[in-house]
Amino acid sequence: MSLLKRVMSGLVLFVSLFMGSLWAAEPEYSTLNLRPGVTDNSQAVFDLHMEVVWIMFAVAGLVFAAILYAVIRYRKSNNPTPATFSHSTTMEIIWTVIPMLILIYLTKPAISLLLDMEDTSKSDMTVQVTGIQWKWRYKYLDEDIEFVSSLSTPASEYEDYDRTGTEKNPNYLLEVDNELVLPIGKKIRFLITADDVIHSWWVPDFAVKMDAIPGFINETWTKINEPGVYRGVCAELCGRLHGFMPIVVRAVTQEEYDQWIEQKLAEKAEAERLAAEAAAKSWSMDDLMALGKEVYDAKCALCHQPNGEGLGAFPALKGSKVATVDSVDDHARMVIFGLNAMPKFGQELTDAELAAVVTYERNAWGNDTGETLQPGRVAELKAGN
Amino acid sequence: MKPMSENKNTSVLKKALGIVGLMTVFAFAMVPLYNVFCEITGINGKVIVSESLYQQVEVDKSRTITVELITNINRGMPWEFKTTVNKLEVHPGELNEVMFFARNFSKQTITGQAVPSVAPGQASFYLNKTECFCFDQQTLKPGESIDMPMRFYIDPDLPEHVHTVTMSYVLFNATSKESESVAAN
Amino acid sequence: MAHDHHPTGIKRWLFTTNHKDIGTMYLWFSFIMFLIGGLLALGIRLELFQPGLQFWDPNFFNSLTTLHGLIMVFGAVMPAFVGLANWLVPMQIGAPDMALPRMNNFSFWILPFAFTLLLLSLVPQLFPDGPPNFGWTFYAPLSTKYGPASTDFFIFGVHLMGISSIMGAINVIVTVINMRAPGMTLMKMPMFVWTWLITAFLLIMVMPVLAGAVTMMLTDRHFGTSFFDAAGGGDPVMFQHIFWFFGHPEVYIMILPAFGIASHIIPTFSRKPLFGYASMVYATASIAFLSFIVWAHHMFTVGMPVAGELYFMIATMIIAVPTGVKIFNWVATMWKGSITFETPMLFALAFVVLFTLGGVSGVMLAMTPVDKQYHDTYFVVAHFHYVLFPGAIFGTIAAVYYWLPKWTGNMYNEFWGKIHFWWSIIAVNITFFPMHFSGLAGMQRRVPDYNMMFEGFNQLSSIGAFMLGFGQLIFLWILIDCIKGGKGKATDRVWEGAEGLEFTHLPSPAPYHSFEKAPEVK
Repeated sequence: MSLLKRVMSGLVLFVSLFMGSLWAAEPEYSTLNLRPGVTDNSQAVFDLHMEVVWIMFAVAGLVFAAILYAVIRYRKSNNPTPATFSHSTTMEIIWTVIPMLILIYLTKPAISLLLDMEDTSKSDMTVQVTGIQWKWRYKYLDEDIEFVSSLSTPASEYEDYDRTGTEKNPNYLLEVDNELVLPIGKKIRFLITADDVIHSWWVPDFAVKMDAIPGFINETWTKINEPGVYRGVCAELCGRLHGFMPIVVRAVTQEEYDQWIEQKLAEKAEAERLAAEAAAKSWSMDDLMALGKEVYDAKCALCHQPNGEGLGAFPALKGSKVATVDSVDDHARMVIFGLNAMPKFGQELTDAELAAVVTYERNAWGNDTGETLQPGRVAELKAGN
Repeated sequence: MKPMSENKNTSVLKKALGIVGLMTVFAFAMVPLYNVFCEITGINGKVIVSESLYQQVEVDKSRTITVELITNINRGMPWEFKTTVNKLEVHPGELNEVMFFARNFSKQTITGQAVPSVAPGQASFYLNKTECFCFDQQTLKPGESIDMPMRFYIDPDLPEHVHTVTMSYVLFNATSKESESVAAN
Repeated sequence: MAHDHHPTGIKRWLFTTNHKDIGTMYLWFSFIMFLIGGLLALGIRLELFQPGLQFWDPNFFNSLTTLHGLIMVFGAVMPAFVGLANWLVPMQIGAPDMALPRMNNFSFWILPFAFTLLLLSLVPQLFPDGPPNFGWTFYAPLSTKYGPASTDFFIFGVHLMGISSIMGAINVIVTVINMRAPGMTLMKMPMFVWTWLITAFLLIMVMPVLAGAVTMMLTDRHFGTSFFDAAGGGDPVMFQHIFWFFGHPEVYIMILPAFGIASHIIPTFSRKPLFGYASMVYATASIAFLSFIVWAHHMFTVGMPVAGELYFMIATMIIAVPTGVKIFNWVATMWKGSITFETPMLFALAFVVLFTLGGVSGVMLAMTPVDKQYHDTYFVVAHFHYVLFPGAIFGTIAAVYYWLPKWTGNMYNEFWGKIHFWWSIIAVNITFFPMHFSGLAGMQRRVPDYNMMFEGFNQLSSIGAFMLGFGQLIFLWILIDCIKGGKGKATDRVWEGAEGLEFTHLPSPAPYHSFEKAPEVK
């Protein structure tokens, strides 16, 4: 789109509001207004919001009408001799009391809605949500399922530093590799916490926004009415990629949910089998380097940069002590378990991926140690040997 | 300036500086005040980290409370940390024991501190721990592991509407900066 | 006392203890900071013009938002108000100068050092991990455990500007309490003096709290304490409580003097006395009082107990009442007046109208259940920019136009003043109004990239921001032109309806020492 067209389309949107059509542009979601969402609470929040909007429009409208009247009627050309009054107790009482009444009127529905939103008791299931720089970990407390969910769009799709424009899908910042799957019609309790800094788990369609605070757990809940895919974001500044840690919730029927659980458990067993197989096999340097580059670009390059040179607070790997001087085992331990500022990747990556990425880091960008790490050794390190 | 007004100025100045001083003290006093406030209101489910004695209270067999146990490891803490049970059903008043397990995977000696948190926050007043690893720090040598018991009972006065109590423990790296740099060398 | 025997050149400015010289320095300093903060804002809007990352690394983008916020709050708005106080308070209460002139000099000269410390963080050779990048609210642990090395410079910078603000505030308090002309009782004081006196009390009460918060950050970072670290028994949420205990009164520090300014300009150009002077004073005082007991409405999503959320919601909504009283009083002042629309009046009117918009979105944000949707979105950004730009900044601009003829003795160029006004008011709305929509539709704050659905509004905002930013160069030109002579000499009264000692008892330009002999106030 040309700049002019963009400006014009923006102006059209802007003007459409003033024509009173709050819901004028509604492709999937309104670009002008809060969304009613898919839970009873989000609907109630939306209704309360609209009520306040109209009352506030009315209040502001009255004030503006009075100002407009005054500037026209009482301009010097229309009213050369000013009045001299400087107070009126009656008027002052009126405009103290009326706003108070409006506020009291607004408080009542707000209180009952709030009490409902904060009542997490009698839930059907619990999901633990953990914010990590810059991804989410979900753990189903009633099932043996735990996974990490991060942005699946590659950096090349949003990084456009040569300003040639990149092809983007409309939800390019709202796509994840592992969706959070939840059943509809069930009261789902979320336990929210963080591993490093404060994050905030926000899904607008549920009207759920809760801060994830390291060391503490917060509770909130939702009960989804309609199946669908609902997208959210991290709402609290959490560092470099704060804008790139989306949330995707897929709400499904109970049967589909049960199937999904089964499938997820089967996948897990299969992954364990494959890991065992990979561990048993000896990998060639080329295979490790190929897989390693893939993993590195997806998981490590965001901080350590694709060229391994680091960025600001994120240390370089190229020619670094960890990747060239320290033993392979120590290097691998750091990646698997994390240390100080380095987060752990042991849960998120398979043994083969871990082995490959460590091998890659020790041989790419002229590090050339010639050393490899085998998945079997990773399994041993994970077991503490 | 006349000395008169100098004096007047000094006196107002002193009062204003007094306010500044008081507010500075207040800023730091907010720390203990906040903790008291948290304990009263249960913000963050911040638990009173102190040992309580098991009082032989009547066990309320008619009520069953689900206790969920959650463990988390803070960033950069190369330990394994888990519970042996994730969930248990308890009656208010009875003394329960759960086991936690921790292991140091790194090549350094590391001190860990588990930070407890309870949801719903209100439940933290009714949760009494007679023994908990979170009362102290744990220091583990490379490869060392430890089993840690935690004993608790729930006060029978726990409000009626609470059916589930979640206890969370987050393990933080509490190794002091100096010993860390020694270890790195 | 020596008359007009003051050093010239650089020494005049370095060693001056004159309230007018110091006021001038404060105002120019604030204008420079306003331009620097504005440039940073343009950096933000440049990146947000299109989806995708075109210009900055996300980390540097975070630094841009952080420095923009800090510089605008502590470098532009607050020094501008202190500058106005320096110029106006002695003239308005009939005093020769400020009560503590040497402290006055010192409190100004701290500021350039404070902001040098802060801006040094932009030099990559000194700070390879970049400037502060945790937002102007610097929440722990992002700013403590995870903060870049430049955080320490930021901390010392905040300490210095805190000391400077406290000294400035104490000076106003001592001056107002001790140096009023005979007959000027408290309830005869001009509104600007009243609002500044109340602001000064807010300042000396909350700046120490901010200093305490950054000191705790410093000891957490370097001396092994854990005020905000859960590992050592601290709590990151406590940081937010302490910060907002400072932060909410701070918001009013940035608006109360603008209330005072509007209360001078609107009566002057309506040729009618201010409506409800006493209720204006009481309303200002109650807003200031309420500001201390509502802080946690900035933190409705941290997981407070429901009783706390209810309390903070209701307390916050009450603020709408005294604020409403002020707005209604200004409208009543114009009612049956004889209004003309010179540039200061235009800015003051825009202030009332747009501040009302910021006020009603404030009531919406106060409502806890809906705030859970609004919190940390562009709706909040729109709200506080409506309060700060058309509020604090337009208030300051209005004041400068209003008193400039008194300060310089020359009339500014009214034609260009009006152009400046219309350009600014159109641009300010193009910039900030669309943010309401993108916020409601779900765009979160402090992100360098956004979804395709927000593109239209972000482009509008960016275009508006560039218009707004470059439009201020008109203001700069008008100021220079006026100082050089402008549109000829101003009369002593300057404006037909002007009241107050500075207009009725002093010539234009005002003499170097305002009142050698205290005037009699009836």
